[in-house]
Amino acid sequence: MNAAKNQAELIREISGVHPLKCMKCGKCSAVCPAFDEMDIKPHQFVSYVQSGEIEALAASVSLGKCLSCFACVERCPRDVKPGKLIDAARQLVIRQRGNSYLSADEIPQLLDDEMPQQLLVSAFRRYRR
Amino acid sequence: MKYSYYPGCTLKNKAKALDAFARVSAEALGFELEEIEDWQCCGGVYPLGTDEIATKLSSIRALQDAKKKEQDLITVCSACHHVLKRVNDDMQQAGDNCVRANNYLKTEEPYHGETRVLHFLEVLRDRIGFDVLRDKVKTPLTGRRIGAYYGCLLLRPGSVMQFDDPENPTIMEDFIRALGAEPVIYPYRNECCGGYISLKEKEMAQRMCENITESATGFGADMMITACPLCMYNLRRNKKQALPIVYFTELLAEALGVKGEVE
Amino acid sequence: MQRIGVFVCHCGTNIAGTVDVKKVAEMAAKETGVVHAEDYQYMCSEAGQSKIIAAIREKGLTGVVVCSCSPRMHETTFRKAAEKAGLNPYMVEIANIREHCSWIHKDMQEATEKAVILARAAIAKVHLNTPLKPGESRVTKRALVIGGGIAGIQTALDIADAGYKVDIVEKTPSIGGRMSQLDKTFPTLDCSACILTPKMVEAASHENITIYTYSEIEKVAGFVGDFTVDIRKKARSVDMEKCTGCGVCSEKCPSKKNPSEFNRGLGNRSAIYIPFAQAIPNVPVIDREHCTKFKTGKCGVCAKVCQAGAVDYDQQDEIITQNYGAIVAATGFDMIGLDKYDEYAYSQSKDVITSLELERIMNAAGPTGGHLERLSDGRAPKNIVFVQCVGSRCSDARGKSYCSKICCMYTAKHAMLIRDKYPDTNVTVFYIDVRTPGKNFDEFYRRAVEDYGVNYIKGQVGKVFLQPDGTLLVQASDLLDNRQIRMEADMVVLAAAIEPNPDARRIATMLTASIDTNNFLTEAHAKLRPVESPTAGIFLSGVCQGSKDIPETVAQAGAAAVKVIGLLAKEKLTTNPCTAKADELLCNGCSQCANVCPYGAISYEEKQVNDHGIRETRRIAAVNNALCQGCGACTVTCPSGAMDLQGFSNRQMISEVDAICR
Repeated sequence: MNAAKNQAELIREISGVHPLKCMKCGKCSAVCPAFDEMDIKPHQFVSYVQSGEIEALAASVSLGKCLSCFACVERCPRDVKPGKLIDAARQLVIRQRGNSYLSADEIPQLLDDEMPQQLLVSAFRRYRR
Repeated sequence: MKYSYYPGCTLKNKAKALDAFARVSAEALGFELEEIEDWQCCGGVYPLGTDEIATKLSSIRALQDAKKKEQDLITVCSACHHVLKRVNDDMQQAGDNCVRANNYLKTEEPYHGETRVLHFLEVLRDRIGFDVLRDKVKTPLTGRRIGAYYGCLLLRPGSVMQFDDPENPTIMEDFIRALGAEPVIYPYRNECCGGYISLKEKEMAQRMCENITESATGFGADMMITACPLCMYNLRRNKKQALPIVYFTELLAEALGVKGEVE
Repeated sequence: MQRIGVFVCHCGTNIAGTVDVKKVAEMAAKETGVVHAEDYQYMCSEAGQSKIIAAIREKGLTGVVVCSCSPRMHETTFRKAAEKAGLNPYMVEIANIREHCSWIHKDMQEATEKAVILARAAIAKVHLNTPLKPGESRVTKRALVIGGGIAGIQTALDIADAGYKVDIVEKTPSIGGRMSQLDKTFPTLDCSACILTPKMVEAASHENITIYTYSEIEKVAGFVGDFTVDIRKKARSVDMEKCTGCGVCSEKCPSKKNPSEFNRGLGNRSAIYIPFAQAIPNVPVIDREHCTKFKTGKCGVCAKVCQAGAVDYDQQDEIITQNYGAIVAATGFDMIGLDKYDEYAYSQSKDVITSLELERIMNAAGPTGGHLERLSDGRAPKNIVFVQCVGSRCSDARGKSYCSKICCMYTAKHAMLIRDKYPDTNVTVFYIDVRTPGKNFDEFYRRAVEDYGVNYIKGQVGKVFLQPDGTLLVQASDLLDNRQIRMEADMVVLAAAIEPNPDARRIATMLTASIDTNNFLTEAHAKLRPVESPTAGIFLSGVCQGSKDIPETVAQAGAAAVKVIGLLAKEKLTTNPCTAKADELLCNGCSQCANVCPYGAISYEEKQVNDHGIRETRRIAAVNNALCQGCGACTVTCPSGAMDLQGFSNRQMISEVDAICR
C-alpha cells in the first residue's frame, strides 16, 4: 500500500499534474482518438492515480496506445491534462530495466522503405528508456 | 535576413524534399537559412516528464547556438518545431530544471530561452507576409483544391506553441490562398494521424488516417499538404484514394517557379 | 486619565473553550487606568449589556474595552449600550479575541497570552480616544437604476410604488433586457413576453418612473444620499415626442441587411428600427453606422415617409445631469464569446448555435417565425445534441471558473419544448452534473427525462465534426457506460457560460463599487448584505452580482429596492465620524492625498492660518466628511504627517503597537 502511494506520488511529480482538480467531465475520453484501444480510459487514469491503483495502471495496455496527440491536454477544462498522467505512468514502467515496450529485435520486421527516421526515434523515446 | 536553420534528422534522409524545397523557396523569397553546425537529433517527441533533462539537451544546444548568432531559429519539420519550441518554453521558466540543464551544459552564459523559435510557415506569415508572398508567386496554383493537414504537433498545446488557433487554424489555408489555390477546410485537419503509434499499431494508424483523408476528399480536396514527414508517411500509406499528398514547401517552390532547381 | 472598564466575553465556548477568560480579565485589571474588569458568558445579551451600562454609571467609566468577537459583529451593539449610559459611543473599543484568537488557536496557553495582549492594545488605544460626533448629510429623494432588464424594471417599480422618483437608464433602444429575448421560462413554461411586457408597460406608465433608453452613464460624482450623475442620451435621430410608432420608416428603409441585435445576429433589421414588437418606447432609432443617409448623405427615405415629421438627422447627443440619493446597478449579462471553443465548430457551422440563439429560433417573433429549423438549409432537425458547461466551471485560460447556474434548467426546458412540439425529434443532452436546486426544479428536469424521453448522457462532447453531407458528427464520452460515442446530429446547441455585461467594469469604476476577478460586482457581505455594494449608496440587482435565474433576480431586485427605500426614507444621514482630517499647520497643500483618495473626498481651500503668530493664507487639504470612508490611504501618503484619521489616529495606532510589544 505504501509503495503504491509513493508510486502515485511519483506519477504526480513526473507529470506535474494535480489530479484532484479533475471534475470528471469526461472530455478527455471524448476527444481521445485511441479510446477504443485502451483498457483503462483517459478519464480513468485520473481516478486511478487519485486512489493510488498504480499496479493496474502499470499493467495497462493503454500506456502503449496513447498517441501523445495532446487533444486531451488542449481541451481539458480543468487543466488536469490526462495525457501527461498517462506518459508519467509509462515513464514509471519503462524506466525500470527490462520493461520496454519496444525491443531492438522487433525492429527489422517493422521496417519498410518509406519509413522516416523520425518514426523510429520517436517510438524509441516513448517506448524505451 | 538570415535565420539559424535546424533541419532535423528526417530531412537529411527520407524527407530530403521537404528540406530542399524549403531552401530554394527561402532563396527566392530573399532570406537565408544558415544551418546550425553539428546539430543533434531533437528526439522526435517532446519528453513530457517534468524531470526530464538529458533528453532536452540536444535542443538546448541548437537554441544556444542560435542565441550566440543572435538569429531566430527556423524549423520546417512539425516534430522538430514542436520539441524545440517546448524545450525553449521550459528554459524560459526559471525553474530547477533550467538551472540543472545549464549546469550540465557548462556554457559560459546560461540559456534562458532567449532564442525565438519559428516555423517556416510563421516566417511566411509574420516576417514575409502572405500579401508579399502572393506578389512573388510566378505560377499561381489556380484551380487546385488543397486540404491542409496540420496534425497535432504544430498546434498543441496552444498555450506553448502560440502557432495559431488550435481548434480553427488558418495559417495553412492563408498560405494556400497566397499561392493562388483554393483551401479546403475539413474538420479532421487537426486530428492525429497516429504518429509514432504506426510502428507497432498499424491498424490504429490506418483507421485514423482514413478518417482524415476521407474527410478531406469528402469536402472536395484533390490534394493535401503537410509539414511533417511522419504525417506524410502515415497518410500516404493509409489513404484509400488517389490523393496526392505533398510537403507544403514543394507547393511553395512550385508556385515561386523554383521547383526545377531541386533535383 | 481615563477610567476604563474591561468586559471579557465567553461567547459560550467559542472563546472560553480556548481562552482563559478569567485570566484575561485579571490581567486587564492590572493595566493603568483600568478601574473595572469582569467576564461574562454572553456580553452581547441583554444581561451582558446591562453589566456594561451599570459599570459605566456606578464606576464613572470614561472608556470601555469589550474583549469579544469581531467589531463587524457587535461594535454597534456595545456602542449603543455605552450611549444609553451616557458615554460617547466612540469611547468603546473592541478587542477581537474570537476571530483573531480563539478560533485560530488550539493551545489554551498561547491563545490566552494573545488575548491578553489584544486587550492591552485596546486599552492603550482607549486612553487616547476622544469623543466623536457623527455629522449629517442630506438625502436626495430620487434613485437611479442602471439597466432596464427585468432586474432594473422590478427594482424601479418597487421603489416607485413606495412613492419615490426613479430613473432607469438603459443602453439599448428599449427596456426589456435578456428576458425579452427568451421564448418560454422555466419551471412553469409561461411565455416570457407575456409576463415581462406588463411590467415594461407598468414601468413606462408609472408616474414616478422616468426611462432613458439609448442612454449611458457618463459620470458619477458625490456620495450616498447625494450623487450627481451625467447621463448621455444618445442621439436617436427620431423625435420621441412626435413619433407615433407607426413603423413605416422601418418598412421603407432601403438598408435592410443589418444584423439584428435582438435576434442575436440570426436575422436582419433595417437601419432605422424598433428592436422588437413590444419595445418600450415604441420609437425607432437610426443606427448611424449602417444608415445610408449618414454614410453617404444620399437617402433620407425615412424622413420623407414619416407623416409626423419625427425623423431628425441633426439630433445631437444630450447630457442630462441629475441628483440621486441612491444608485442601483442592474447591468445584467451576456453569453461568452465562443471563438476559443472551436472544437464545437461554432464559427464553422450555422447549425451549431448557442442556447440564446435557440431561444430566438423557437420564438414566434424570431428569425424563423418560431419554426425549429436548421439555419444552414432550413431543414427540420431530427437529431439535436445539447452540450452543457461550455466555458463554465473551467479552470483553464479559456473559460469561467464559476457555474453559470441557469443552463441546466433552460436546457431541460428547451429539450422538453422540442420533444413536445416535434415528437419525432431525438434530443440528447450531454451533462457533467445536472444542477437543479430550486423550487420545482428537479421535478421539472425529471419530467424532461421521464415524460418527454429526453436522452441525458453523463459525459462531455469532445468535438463536433462537420460532414460533407451537411450533418454534424458529435464525438463524446458516456462515462456511465464507459464508452466513446459518435453520434449524428443535425443541430448542436451549446450552453455557453454567461458573464457580466462588458460595461460592468467601466460602470463599477465610475461608481467606485468593487468588482471581482470575473467582473461581477461584489456585495458588502456575502450572506448578510447581499444586495449592497461596499460603497455606501450603491445597490446590486440581478446578474451583475452573480449568476441567477429570473425568480432569484426578481427577488433580489425587490430586496435592493427595499434597501433603497430605507435610505430614501431618511431625512438626514449620519456620517461616520472616523474620517480624515488635515492639521492646518502641517499641511503644505501638495495634493498627494487628493491623488490617492479613492472616493474623491479631498479638495483644497485657501485658508487663513495663524502659524505661531504669523497670519497667512495657505492652500490646505479639506476633507468632505460625507464622502470620506475612513480608509486611511491619505494618512500614509501625506509626506508631512498632516493627515490623520479620527478615531484611528497615528498616535493611537502607535500606542497599540507599543502595547503589543511591551
